[in-house]
Amino acid sequence: MTARLDAETLANIPDKRGHFGPYGGRFVSETLMSSLLELEAHYEKLRIDPRFQDEFDRDLADYVGRPSPLYFAEHLTRKVGGAKIYLKREDLNHTGAHKVNNTIGQALLAKYLGKPRIIAETGAGQHGVASATVAARLGLECVVYMGAEDVQRQALNVYRMKLLGATVKPVTSGTRTLKDAMNEALRDWVTNVDDTFYIIGTVAGPHPYPKLVRDFQSIIGREARLQCLEKEGRLPDALVACVGGGSNAMGLFYPFIEDENVEMYGVEAGGLGVSTGRHAAPLCAGRPGVLHGNRTYLMEDDNGQIMSTHSISAGLDYPGVGPEHAWLKDIGRANYVAATDEEALEAFHTLTRVEGIMPALESSHAIAHAMKLAGEMDRDQVIVVNLSGRGDKDIHTVANLDGIDLS
Amino acid sequence: MSRITPCLKALNEAGKSALIPYVTAGDPNPSATVEIMHTLVKSGADIIELGVPFSDPMADGPVIQLACERALVHGTSLQNVLDMVAEFRKTDDKTPVVLMGYLNPVEAMGMEVFIEKAKASGVDGVLTVDLPPEEADDVVPRFKEAGLDAIFLLAPTTTNERIKSAVAHGSGYIYYVSLKGVTGSSALNIDDVSQQLARIRGLTDMPVGVGFGIKDADSAAAVSKVADGVIVGSALVNTIAENADSSESMHGQIGKLIGAMRSAMDQ
Repeated sequence: MTARLDAETLANIPDKRGHFGPYGGRFVSETLMSSLLELEAHYEKLRIDPRFQDEFDRDLADYVGRPSPLYFAEHLTRKVGGAKIYLKREDLNHTGAHKVNNTIGQALLAKYLGKPRIIAETGAGQHGVASATVAARLGLECVVYMGAEDVQRQALNVYRMKLLGATVKPVTSGTRTLKDAMNEALRDWVTNVDDTFYIIGTVAGPHPYPKLVRDFQSIIGREARLQCLEKEGRLPDALVACVGGGSNAMGLFYPFIEDENVEMYGVEAGGLGVSTGRHAAPLCAGRPGVLHGNRTYLMEDDNGQIMSTHSISAGLDYPGVGPEHAWLKDIGRANYVAATDEEALEAFHTLTRVEGIMPALESSHAIAHAMKLAGEMDRDQVIVVNLSGRGDKDIHTVANLDGIDLS
Repeated sequence: MSRITPCLKALNEAGKSALIPYVTAGDPNPSATVEIMHTLVKSGADIIELGVPFSDPMADGPVIQLACERALVHGTSLQNVLDMVAEFRKTDDKTPVVLMGYLNPVEAMGMEVFIEKAKASGVDGVLTVDLPPEEADDVVPRFKEAGLDAIFLLAPTTTNERIKSAVAHGSGYIYYVSLKGVTGSSALNIDDVSQQLARIRGLTDMPVGVGFGIKDADSAAAVSKVADGVIVGSALVNTIAENADSSESMHGQIGKLIGAMRSAMDQ
């Protein structure tokens, strides 16, 4: 089914209690409720406060370096031989990924709320680095929870966070990855609600997080829309972005949501292949459930226990997904597909070799699907891919897979 | 009506508070749980909170997280937990049993199926940690129809407005979380608790159980002076974990902890 997404429908997405159709909501213990209500009340005031918006815009321009370019990947386009591929260069942001758009916004919220301490969860470490960065700048104490397994595979980012003055706490419970880091951050928050602001890194979690993270990340799509009109004189035919929790995808998609002729593709981590069960693709192969404060598609077993996931990329290694994506899937507005570890790795090498741009392994999933898609489209059509982060952090992983020891 | 309200009423008339121990079902292994429940009753428990293990227990501290992990190693499912309650009911038709856990395993089974099975197994109440009143509008009437109590949490940060909402949705008793933190956190402050209970009692006649931070006979006795129910979780789960190797010492130590709490509370 397809819903016509007019302004009126969209104004109520999410509704007052944070529901995107049947998804989203605020499924948390009572111990967190007062903090969420406080955050929501402040955010609703600040999002229409010109002083707050001016400060946010100024930081994005002067500190992050926005707008990020929309780059015509001419060589990749020629290699594929189909639609024109444009890359939205979020990898050129300060700290090297789209994550900073959101941490700038949430750190400003923390400042306005008078909270001296911030906490964050991180998978690949990009959100942790982006949080530690804004904390350093604003003089806030910063604690980052990171699965013990991810601490190992993202040693470089762990060290970056430490240099920035953050405390990185390895999480050894459960599957020792992103979902467990999020559990631990939530536990910290309940214990330290009075002085602590929790900077969630993606469009998931309890209301109002999916909405506010989407709002902060929407700068990506707003810029891309204008830039595409400028360069091509029309809107793109398709948007492609990788989806773990889904913040870079939501940021790109949202400003195009009423443009029915713009197709949207969210690319999940297909791991060893969706049919093997060893993946992180809840929209492609999961079912609805409740985790981390929201109802959404999850990877769970028959008994409702959350399953361990697999992806080459730590940033996509998450068993859930933002509730707005779940809703966009159900109403048929966006398409969700998967790219395997192998396809992502191949895309990583291809983009590096033909464009001289080394993408993050997360973003490589989007590149992989965009190449597939472009080949099936006409030469006068246009695809915008969100190049959500740069690949420097993944050099060790790629080297290991190629059998090269860098240590 | 479930067994909970008559149980609390009788205790209240006798001038006593309810002792409500929590154990995670399936910990240390699924075959141990029913026997542990009987030991709890023999040692002085009035109501049993039986934890349904979940892979991501966000509101729990390390002690109960590890209990969940141990139970899940043995594949303890919600269906297994319901079977344990049915087994317990064969020899104890009196002690109320409350299932405590997270929403996802219940939704995976299907809410309707769960309610039907819970009722048939002899469950009296259900406390779903991550289902606040505003998300429970549809569920609560179905619980009531089935004669199951929906038990909600209150926290030190809960506003009066939210207390009223929790009371309007819930029945049986209300669970007051005595401190800001996860289960197994540091000791509670009894003065804070009694002030908060006075505030809650100004808004409802529903019995109030207090949990989080009750570790021993002294803290149980102190809380029993102000609360209708004293809930002990991590201290008990820890005792089980420390004595998991020997069934005899495990039951002995459970009896000692719960027995000491009971006599301290009744003095």
